[in-house]
Amino acid sequence: MKIAIIKYNAGNIRSVSFALDRLGVEHNITAHPEEIKNADKVIFPGVGEASSTMRYLKDNKLDQLIVNLKQPVLGICLGMQLMCSHSEEGDVPCLGIFDEPVKKFVLPYPNTKNIKVPHMGWNTITAVNSQLFDASLEGEYVYFVHSYYVARGRHTAATTPYILPFSSALHKDNFYATQFHPEKSGDAGSRIVENFIKL
Amino acid sequence: MLAKRIIPCLDIKNGMTVKGIKFVGIKEVGDPVELGALYAQQGADELVFLDITATHEGRKTFVDLVKRIAQHINIPFTVGGGISEIKDAEALLNAGADKISINSSAVKNPQLINDMALNFGSQFVVVAIDAKHFDGDEWIVTVNGGRIPTEKRLFPWAKEAEERGAGEILFTSMDHDGVKQGFANEALARMSEDLSIPIIASGGAGSMEHFKDVFTLGKADAGLAASIFHYKEIAIPDLKRYLMAEGINVRL
Repeated sequence: MKIAIIKYNAGNIRSVSFALDRLGVEHNITAHPEEIKNADKVIFPGVGEASSTMRYLKDNKLDQLIVNLKQPVLGICLGMQLMCSHSEEGDVPCLGIFDEPVKKFVLPYPNTKNIKVPHMGWNTITAVNSQLFDASLEGEYVYFVHSYYVARGRHTAATTPYILPFSSALHKDNFYATQFHPEKSGDAGSRIVENFIKL
Repeated sequence: MLAKRIIPCLDIKNGMTVKGIKFVGIKEVGDPVELGALYAQQGADELVFLDITATHEGRKTFVDLVKRIAQHINIPFTVGGGISEIKDAEALLNAGADKISINSSAVKNPQLINDMALNFGSQFVVVAIDAKHFDGDEWIVTVNGGRIPTEKRLFPWAKEAEERGAGEILFTSMDHDGVKQGFANEALARMSEDLSIPIIASGGAGSMEHFKDVFTLGKADAGLAASIFHYKEIAIPDLKRYLMAEGINVRL
């Protein structure tokens, strides 16, 4: 089993690597096209800003590479958002793997008190329906940090309530994605990473 | 629903948890990784590690420690203490820290908050504020562990930190810290309503009820404490079950 973690100008790559180490899974962090193409599975992590990251992916020709991958791919946080059609963060077209757009959280009423953006901390995942999740993960808490979200749509693979119910995971063909950070989500997160490894 | 967070805080000196922690199976001068892992297993939602080392050598040890923490602990953690430049933060980010906390250095150079947020994203930047109540709404921001008063006032400084790009505020009331009579709920509630970023409350935890109050009256997003967890006066699983029974949403 060879796992490639896509290396680009985003934070948090090391955390994903450590999570795989804890599970005893061999992997490398790489931006090398052949290594990514030939890996059994690919993880596309991310913390950062959408438009500058998209520009980086394009400049390094990683955009077309990711879109054309045939093996299971897991996008995490910004990685998931970049797999969508468009992001309001920097008003940028993204990879378009999922046709859903990424929007900024807006409070429903201007004087709403005590709803914070970013959505930061532990929240539940419900209506889980992809192979990333087994029945034991329904209703589990996982760790989120984000100010932009994907509404519910036909690729929604898990739902989380915050301001409105949004897509906390997406799935289409060989592409899987989570808005939350499985690598930081305790035992529940480890099970999700393991389920991805087992695909 | 988003859960209220419980955050144990560990003081680190020369790579070790500072004396006085008495856990079964962990030496008095304990390994922070071991203690952090124990808290994570008990249901802590995040951890904070504060480096109180003054020497350069101790500093290098801290960065090595952060790497070990990131390797072994699968929940988010913040590191703080002595971070005054981008390169300090970068070393900690590369070691695997999820967030950094800046305090005195941000007071001395507020632009540091902007620079950190621009370089690493707001989610990485916690601005810690130590303040002392003066009169009425007046809270004086202090630095160097509460020893030196500054010209800054709590509420405008917290707002400024948010506007400059802080992702969270960690507010410690110097009047409540160590007294174990509850958190500074009035000031916390006001700050929580003034700001749209999460507020971590620190200083004053002495009982489980104090945590209930900080989430209801104080409207805090997270409650931080050190000694009551280290001395096993409150066990995290008990605290979370209590809060749940009191109708506060926590991750069990």
